[in-house]
Amino acid sequence: MNDFLAHYGPFLLSGFGMTVLCWLLGTIGGMALGLAIALIQRHSIAPVRWVLRAYIEAIRGTPFLAQLFLLYYGGPMFGLRLDPVPAGLLGLSVYSSPYFAEIFRSAFGSVPVGQIEAARAIGMSEFSIVRRILLPLGLVSALPAMVNFSIVLTKETVILSIVTVPELMYQVQRMSAETFRYVEANLALALFFWGLVELISRLGRRFETRITKHLIERT
Amino acid sequence: MVRASSVEIRKVNKFYGPFHALKDIDMSIEPGKVTCLIGPSGSGKSTLLRCVNFLEEYNSGEILIDGELIGYETAGGKKMSSRRLREMRRTIGMVFQQFNLWPHMTALQNVAEGLIRVRGMARAEAETRAADALEKVGLGDRMGNHPSRLSGGQQQRVAIARAIAMEPRLMLFDEPTSALDPELVGEVLTVMKALAAEGMTMVVVTHEMGFAAHVADQVAFMEQGELVAVDAPANILHHPEDPRIQSFLRTYHERNSF
Repeated sequence: MNDFLAHYGPFLLSGFGMTVLCWLLGTIGGMALGLAIALIQRHSIAPVRWVLRAYIEAIRGTPFLAQLFLLYYGGPMFGLRLDPVPAGLLGLSVYSSPYFAEIFRSAFGSVPVGQIEAARAIGMSEFSIVRRILLPLGLVSALPAMVNFSIVLTKETVILSIVTVPELMYQVQRMSAETFRYVEANLALALFFWGLVELISRLGRRFETRITKHLIERT
Repeated sequence: MVRASSVEIRKVNKFYGPFHALKDIDMSIEPGKVTCLIGPSGSGKSTLLRCVNFLEEYNSGEILIDGELIGYETAGGKKMSSRRLREMRRTIGMVFQQFNLWPHMTALQNVAEGLIRVRGMARAEAETRAADALEKVGLGDRMGNHPSRLSGGQQQRVAIARAIAMEPRLMLFDEPTSALDPELVGEVLTVMKALAAEGMTMVVVTHEMGFAAHVADQVAFMEQGELVAVDAPANILHHPEDPRIQSFLRTYHERNSF
């Protein structure tokens, strides 16, 4: 057992590191893309909104596995040749963007119209209103859903193993194939993920408490 | 004395789909005068008020602020540019029933925000002015508080400070005391009376008949999208001729007597 850990431990750790990296960058990419989509949807003409709506439905309606296959193996047919890690990051960003877009859309919708009107009434520009009122208030109300979906995404990273990104699942599969110790390998995988998720949710809650402190009515 | 605007409302109509919300409204408001809009709920008072700063679009007619058409380039023509509309709104302050303070900013930041973003002031200067405005509404000691730490009356006074800091020439009040507990109404009305005494042009949608009787220069009664009468407060509130006004006031008195 000790030999086993000594040999595979470093691989598992480096796999875990890659998992965290892919999750972090993919989530940030997805949030940025989702935010852009939600803002454009809010401030653009109908045809643009229809295109974005179609994008959201198409990405949400298809499995991440299929999207990643198409991107990595189908991409070269359209001149998009990506290494595994960039393909994985792009895939994860695109896959998560519609979910984030929907989270932001509903969060922006929850900002009271009156607070936007108050800004209009004193002559603030739409740009200032977005930056100073809509974003700060919208992001605060979006936070719980953002944290929640980020947690869902940690586990989606295992799919990156099919395009040979050397993340945790990839290492676990290699270890399983070489040693037939499927149970131990997958137990390690489960524990790593659980730890990561626990950390994210704790940080998320702490952050949430901090930024909503002054928003809560004292009764 | 403040520089005060005039408001001229001519044949204004507003539709929500098939619903005729404002019917050929005509009204003149002279600089420095206080006009109270009264009437049953759903009569179009708030809609009319919101048309004056074009938060609500009217469909025909004209609304002139100091002789200048708001919302459209020409009467019945195309809409004015958003830049031009913003410029006109700078001189029109508005106070809402629900206060609509920005909850993520302190009282001081709420008041300074417009000065910084709209008037382009440096933060320090804006905050000095904002502090003066808050002082004026009696909240000099609550500047660092977020809205969630203020009572309704205090929040509404911050909202008034936010509007007057911009040095408006016209103030619109949309039921400013309707969301307040009865014991907090007085402090807001006091601030509004002081503003009126300074010579600010004010249009106030209200159910406070006492305020209308004592502070208004003219009272307008609306019902079902129509302007039934505009007259001196006494003629509307004490000796109304129109049966619709009589019936409205009877209901009002019944509800307020015990």
